[in-house]
Amino acid sequence: MEKLKQFTSSSLFLPIVALAVLLIFNAVFVDGFLHIQLTEDGRLYGRLIDILNRSSSLVILSLGMTFVIATSGIDISVGAVVAISAAVVCTFIGGRGDGIPEHPMVLAMLAAVGAGVVCGIWNGLLVAKFKIQAVVATLILMTAGRGIAQLMTEGQIITVYYKPFSYISGTIPGNILPTTIFIAAAMVLLVVFLMKKTSIGLFVQSVGINPTASRFSGINVTLVIFLVYAFSGLCAGVSGLIESSLIRAADANNAGLNMEMDAILAVALGGTLLSGGKFYIGGSVIGAITIQTLTTTMYALGVSADQLPVVKAIAVIAICLIQSKRCQEIFDKWKARHMQPDNPEEKAVNKA
Amino acid sequence: MANVLLEMRQIDKIFPGVRALSKVDFTLRAGEIHSLMGENGAGKSTLVKVLTGVYGRDGGTILLDGKETTPRTTKEAQECGISTVYQEVNLCSNLTVAENIFIGRQPKKHGFIDWTTMNKRAAELLQRLSVRIDVTKTLDHYPVAVQQMIAIARAVDVSARILILDEPTSSLDEQETQKLFTIIRQLKKQGMGIIFISHFLDQVYELCDRITVLRNGKLIGAYDVDKLPKFELIAKMVGKSLSDVQDFEKREEKSQPSEEMFLEASHIGCTGSLVDMDVAIHKGEVIGFAGLLGSGRTETAELLFGIHEITHGAITVNGKKMHIKEPMAAMKQKIAFCPEDRKSSGIIEDLSVRENIILAMQAKDGMFRHIPYKEQVKITDDCIKLLNIKVSSREQLIRNLSGGNQQKVIIARWLATQPELLILDEPTRGIDVGTKSEIQKMAITLAKKRGMCVIFISSEMDEMVRTCTKLIVLRDRRKVAELENEDISSENVMRAIAGGEG
Amino acid sequence: MKFVNNLIASKYFSFFVTVLLFMILYAVGIMTYKGFMRPQVFFNLFIDNAALIIVTVGVTFTLLIAGIDLSVGAVLALTCMMLAYLMENTGVSPALAVPAVLVVGTAFGAFQGYIITKFDLQPFIITLAGMFFCRGLTAVISRDTISISNPFYVGIASARIGVFGLGFVSVGAVVALLVLIVAAIVLGYTKLGRTIFAIGGNESSASLMGLPVFKTKVLVYTISGFCSALGGIAYSLIMLTGYNLHGLGMEMDAIASSVIGGTLLTGGVAFIPGTLFGVLIQGVILTFITFQGTLSAWWTKIVIGALLCVFIIMQAFITAHKSRLSSKSSLEQTTPKNGPANP
Repeated sequence: MEKLKQFTSSSLFLPIVALAVLLIFNAVFVDGFLHIQLTEDGRLYGRLIDILNRSSSLVILSLGMTFVIATSGIDISVGAVVAISAAVVCTFIGGRGDGIPEHPMVLAMLAAVGAGVVCGIWNGLLVAKFKIQAVVATLILMTAGRGIAQLMTEGQIITVYYKPFSYISGTIPGNILPTTIFIAAAMVLLVVFLMKKTSIGLFVQSVGINPTASRFSGINVTLVIFLVYAFSGLCAGVSGLIESSLIRAADANNAGLNMEMDAILAVALGGTLLSGGKFYIGGSVIGAITIQTLTTTMYALGVSADQLPVVKAIAVIAICLIQSKRCQEIFDKWKARHMQPDNPEEKAVNKA
Repeated sequence: MANVLLEMRQIDKIFPGVRALSKVDFTLRAGEIHSLMGENGAGKSTLVKVLTGVYGRDGGTILLDGKETTPRTTKEAQECGISTVYQEVNLCSNLTVAENIFIGRQPKKHGFIDWTTMNKRAAELLQRLSVRIDVTKTLDHYPVAVQQMIAIARAVDVSARILILDEPTSSLDEQETQKLFTIIRQLKKQGMGIIFISHFLDQVYELCDRITVLRNGKLIGAYDVDKLPKFELIAKMVGKSLSDVQDFEKREEKSQPSEEMFLEASHIGCTGSLVDMDVAIHKGEVIGFAGLLGSGRTETAELLFGIHEITHGAITVNGKKMHIKEPMAAMKQKIAFCPEDRKSSGIIEDLSVRENIILAMQAKDGMFRHIPYKEQVKITDDCIKLLNIKVSSREQLIRNLSGGNQQKVIIARWLATQPELLILDEPTRGIDVGTKSEIQKMAITLAKKRGMCVIFISSEMDEMVRTCTKLIVLRDRRKVAELENEDISSENVMRAIAGGEG
Repeated sequence: MKFVNNLIASKYFSFFVTVLLFMILYAVGIMTYKGFMRPQVFFNLFIDNAALIIVTVGVTFTLLIAGIDLSVGAVLALTCMMLAYLMENTGVSPALAVPAVLVVGTAFGAFQGYIITKFDLQPFIITLAGMFFCRGLTAVISRDTISISNPFYVGIASARIGVFGLGFVSVGAVVALLVLIVAAIVLGYTKLGRTIFAIGGNESSASLMGLPVFKTKVLVYTISGFCSALGGIAYSLIMLTGYNLHGLGMEMDAIASSVIGGTLLTGGVAFIPGTLFGVLIQGVILTFITFQGTLSAWWTKIVIGALLCVFIIMQAFITAHKSRLSSKSSLEQTTPKNGPANP
């Protein structure tokens, strides 16, 4: 009983339950949902693997978004940055029909990620240095970004025929799992490493909770805010690689379309308050996988990609309402009526 | 005697855990200027807010012209004729002067706002208060003093009969204050009842007819100004009778400052917050900044810690001239600062005790030199033990601690950085008596045992007298006296604050 | 020097800059391209941007109270789609369809406003969700383009209203101008308008002065919803289709126009004629690109993004300049405490 209570109050409760509900729904209604098989060329294949594969880029995006939201900001330009990154990698490799790259793929990938970082730095400068509201600052790149991507591809959809490029989103021969899962895992590990071995997590949280007190404790608030946007740009850059490799092309109009919403939703579902403060990387990762499962489920139900935002928008509004202070107040009142105060002594100390 | 305009009887107001007002009486007559006095947390603003309908009351009655009234909102209070002018000007700086006076009840013609009439009436109204300005310009064209008068004009025009002025002069200079006073006296002659709240004693004595003193939510008494010497007023505010002050000089073993100088600030100041201040702090010294709120005591501390940059003067640390532009610069010089407002600038409320304690140390080390978890635990446990912080575990959220324990955590945060100068701004405000004396003892011990310098700022006089080896007295944003050793007594401090009168 | 100071501090400074920029752009156009001189080019600016003008007015209302409405483009698309669907697939007459879509747009705006104000949520999150919701809903109605062929509606769309024999404007352009005039009157001469300004200037002051803050904030988002729907009608008069991707990125265009026209993102300052010129500048840039023929359309997005940046940064400088001026005029001025932005 005690353990159950602990679990229900944990930050991972909501995303895990949501994921479980979706998985059970799928397992019941979709034939062969849980089925995983080994194909002849030695790859694991199945719907579950597919969901993991597809959710990788969203997982990566929501890592960056988690930090941004924790500082009580927002980055709605990630979708456009994905498009820019996709455009960069594809123009570098080039669309030669004979499958020969114009530049080495490693260079192209680095350039794409670099472009993402540059975009992030731009956002960071506007928000941290010029103190422009995060929404507006990133809105600029959200719309202008797709224009920039169009410019790079000269309005064309560049299709890449270079074979290794498809390995990013597919499977490197000899591996049994798609590469994307490894990339996402690497990014998650990187973040976990940063959380364990540096104090970025602590600083981001304190800036998000109370910027004044953070400044009074000697934290460079401007730098912290700048860094989170730069990191969000980096994540979007990596995500762009995956997205472009998935279709082996750079489509400036559709690459990363609506992904900002998915990322925000993943973070909110993961238990991080949209008003900033404490954040939960694990929650965001599970949140992202949940969103992808939702997307896949909706597709299975015959909802098209452009209709899907209806469901997600409703989910965002619902989560916002649940997180809002007024709802908390109502919930607290309800709790106070139904439960005993857990520690009367502490209350007494508070009064003093 | 003039007729009674307002009577508040046996007012009670309870906030969760705190009794903000208990059985307070207050009477205001027509044509009088009545001052509400008391230190922070005495209940002045709570009383005013109960009167103006911002808070509901938990007991007591309000009689307006002998009739019982209960305003529930500011608007209802205004309709009863009670208007308030707050410390921060509560107007909209993007609107014109005329509009700020009339918004919400603009004159209309054919269903649309009649700007011509509005401007004319505004100009007339301001002229009556002898303010001559262009009413069609937006408010941000005018200095705070004029804005204050516009706020009064608005309040008066709502056909107010009771005008509440909450710290109206805190951001005005001498000349501007005098102009404001002329206006207030004019209103008094028209038979208005005026409640005047201010920390500036001279102004209260210059302007007011009667004074009501509150302390800790209780009524101390109402007095005629000419029958209450300044000295006695201060004694009543800080909670000592005159004889008490003279008798009570129990001293702890204080620390002995060494000859070695740690920090010296000469003629420092910052436009708008501090005029002129000199401090010299020796190692092992507990120095106190005494003065009423707004006298410049907090402002000095903030300048020393680099929250704001000094605009004139110089700061020397360990014999070297320093530019302290931001907190980190001060921290590098081993200066630490526990701010006055614990909630808004001290605690990070959603983080644990451990995280709150290591925060400053980590900031000083930089984010890539992460303090290993084991070490964090050790530092935290040491601090918890050293300062006797009552927590259920080191991972408890700081928001769930009592005020006194929160304060100890903030002090622990700074002690962890091994400072040489610790600035404590109101460290004992709003915490229980036991913790208060613990913190005072701690300040002395730190100076004695570790040779640390401590700057102690407090509104409570005897606390300062008991702990400090040197006291700097501030008034009106400048240093007015420096007391040392034998001279330190509540009496002398109060005399200095009152300006040498007694 | 004093003159320059006063000019910068004037509340019309931003407006002057915008008008000047517009005139320079137009002059450059006349010098570069042959056809630019024709008056009809000028009238076309109004015809082509009728929808944007209307939408921008709505967005200006939300920016005035330091809020934001990101859902405008999507509501516009939804309106076009509903109109097309109602008239083509169900045969409802335009006389019924037009009021119906207006009601839907207004109600949606009111709903957003209510949630934002009642639960004290960040407006951008809710309106961002609103944007996705409306886009999705548009696709739910139809994923394909629906053309409008209702003869009466097409008749209105192609109606030409002559202007002093110099050229002509469309019905949409006339509606847009009417919206501008009404908005200017509401903001300048009604209690509602002035309350909106007051809330933008200082919300807590407004509430202490006894103004109806809650009601007004909900109303502002309602107005924005109404304007988006009306903009959608104007848009459908030009396109004569309902399509999922109509008005994509229009929220940015509208915010940019408003800001270029002198609206402060921090709320409390806006000037409706400025808003018009903000839109016209975008129109001129678009016309340039059309005349040029070789430049691609996505240049507009980039240029507008850049312009928005420049104007926001200019605003920051003006605000700093103003506060320096007013601090000079007072001997003692309160400095904001605890502000990390403190220079």
